[in-house]
Amino acid sequence: MPVSLTPQGLPAWQQRTTRAQWLQYAAWLLGISLFLLCWKVISDNTMWVFVEDAGRQGSDLLSRMLPPRWDYASVLWKPMWDTLNIATLGTAIGIMMAFPVAFLAARNTTPHPLVRSVALMVIVSSRSINSLIWAMLLVTILGPGVLAGIIAIALRSIGFVGKLLYEAIEEIHPTPVEAISATGATRLQVMNYGVLPQIMPAFAGISVYRWDINIRESTVLGLVGAGGIGLQLNASINNLAWNQVSVIFIMIFATVLVSEWISARVRHAII
Amino acid sequence: MSTRETLLESRAQAARQGRWQRLPLIENPRWRWGIAIGVVVYLVLALASVEVNWARVAEGAGRAVNFLSAFMQPDFVSRQKDIVAGLLESLTMTLTSTVLGVLLAIPVGLGAARNISPLPVYLVCRGIIAVSRTFQEIIIAILFVVMFGFGPLAGMITLAFATIGFMAKLLAEDIEDLDWRQVEAVRATGASWWQTMNHAVQPQVMPRLIGLSVYRLDINFRESAVIGIVGAGGIGATLNTSLSRYEYDTAAAILLIIIAIVLLCEYSSSHVRRWTQ
Repeated sequence: MPVSLTPQGLPAWQQRTTRAQWLQYAAWLLGISLFLLCWKVISDNTMWVFVEDAGRQGSDLLSRMLPPRWDYASVLWKPMWDTLNIATLGTAIGIMMAFPVAFLAARNTTPHPLVRSVALMVIVSSRSINSLIWAMLLVTILGPGVLAGIIAIALRSIGFVGKLLYEAIEEIHPTPVEAISATGATRLQVMNYGVLPQIMPAFAGISVYRWDINIRESTVLGLVGAGGIGLQLNASINNLAWNQVSVIFIMIFATVLVSEWISARVRHAII
Repeated sequence: MSTRETLLESRAQAARQGRWQRLPLIENPRWRWGIAIGVVVYLVLALASVEVNWARVAEGAGRAVNFLSAFMQPDFVSRQKDIVAGLLESLTMTLTSTVLGVLLAIPVGLGAARNISPLPVYLVCRGIIAVSRTFQEIIIAILFVVMFGFGPLAGMITLAFATIGFMAKLLAEDIEDLDWRQVEAVRATGASWWQTMNHAVQPQVMPRLIGLSVYRLDINFRESAVIGIVGAGGIGATLNTSLSRYEYDTAAAILLIIIAIVLLCEYSSSHVRRWTQ
């Protein structure tokens, strides 16, 4: 914080030096110009006629959605069960695949730095592709259905669980590991008795957390044909049956709330 | 408590005789077995209800091979114009939606922090956060596409809306556990509400706010790759088209670009976060 003198010779406090101040102005100018440029691209690609009657469209949509067609809910139990299966089985498969990947990716348990970078690559590519994109690929390969959804969720979960788990492994206390290796244990035994007990609570918490996220994600996988309640959602939207759509939304909302509650309870019990 | 002690005692005795067992993850045996049986029953029910068309899966195996080979030689060129247009839309959508979302999230976040806002404001802001966080971006995108028409504007509004919930929640939590002594010190000088926010609250939450904004930029890019499926513009629409045309080499190129950009974002965001803290 520089102190300069005013013409009267009194010290004047400034937050920044002149140079820093100008740099900051330049950064703001650059940022705002970039934002405006981006805004222009979007505005060029928008049909403003449609935007003008957005309010009317919105109120129209709301009037079609209300009241919800409650008797439609009876059709939804089977898709809902499918959605739960997609999320749960997908999470289970994902965890199983993520477990070895995490051990290979953690700096202190990896057999070789080269293996580590491959494992990190797997984690990154799984994380950067959204489960809907995975589902889209798998539907073209495996055909529409629950199986594509399960595998999509599993592939997406590898990255998430793998990343959090390998960070947990890197943060373990080294003393138990040293103690076990001092007894002459093999590498696998060190993992089993030194590392595993330390990461188990974190692992259970991460798994339940991912399950909760997967429930949300599996509700929309049907939009690309991968089974679950999203199929019904897609059909209702295509038929413009908005009063059915609102029933589906309420159902999804309730399921997400319940799964969030369960996951919070379980994580609370573990930690 | 006594049962637990006897259990520990018997474990110690067994260990002395050379029969050591590790502690179970769930202590209560009734819960342990109940959960195990529940899991088995669920798995049987679930696996029985999953219908798989194995003939179709076998047919797909050839396509899977095609797809993997497409990854070996992705085609960036033949649909270059579509890819560039989609990517440009995605990137602009990401930037504008993050900026707007963060700007709108700041007042909501201030309102949702219990220690600086009155109860009615708190409840309204928490309500906004809950609504914005519950639904997936893609569901919100469906509604906004109906309202605003096809194109990146609907996508931008969707992402901005989702950003509000995310940022406001984390910002509110950050404000709720800030160091209250600094606020008191600034207030003691006779500062107004605005000055208190500016000189006591803002400096404390700023590093985290910047870090979270960069993180959200990253998330918004990933999401912008998806919401194109329902017509909200961006690279997702291009990807969807290329997959429905069975142009796997173009799809592979798009996926590789997405992975590369996400990697770049993640790398730079970790740099920015380290720099702010």
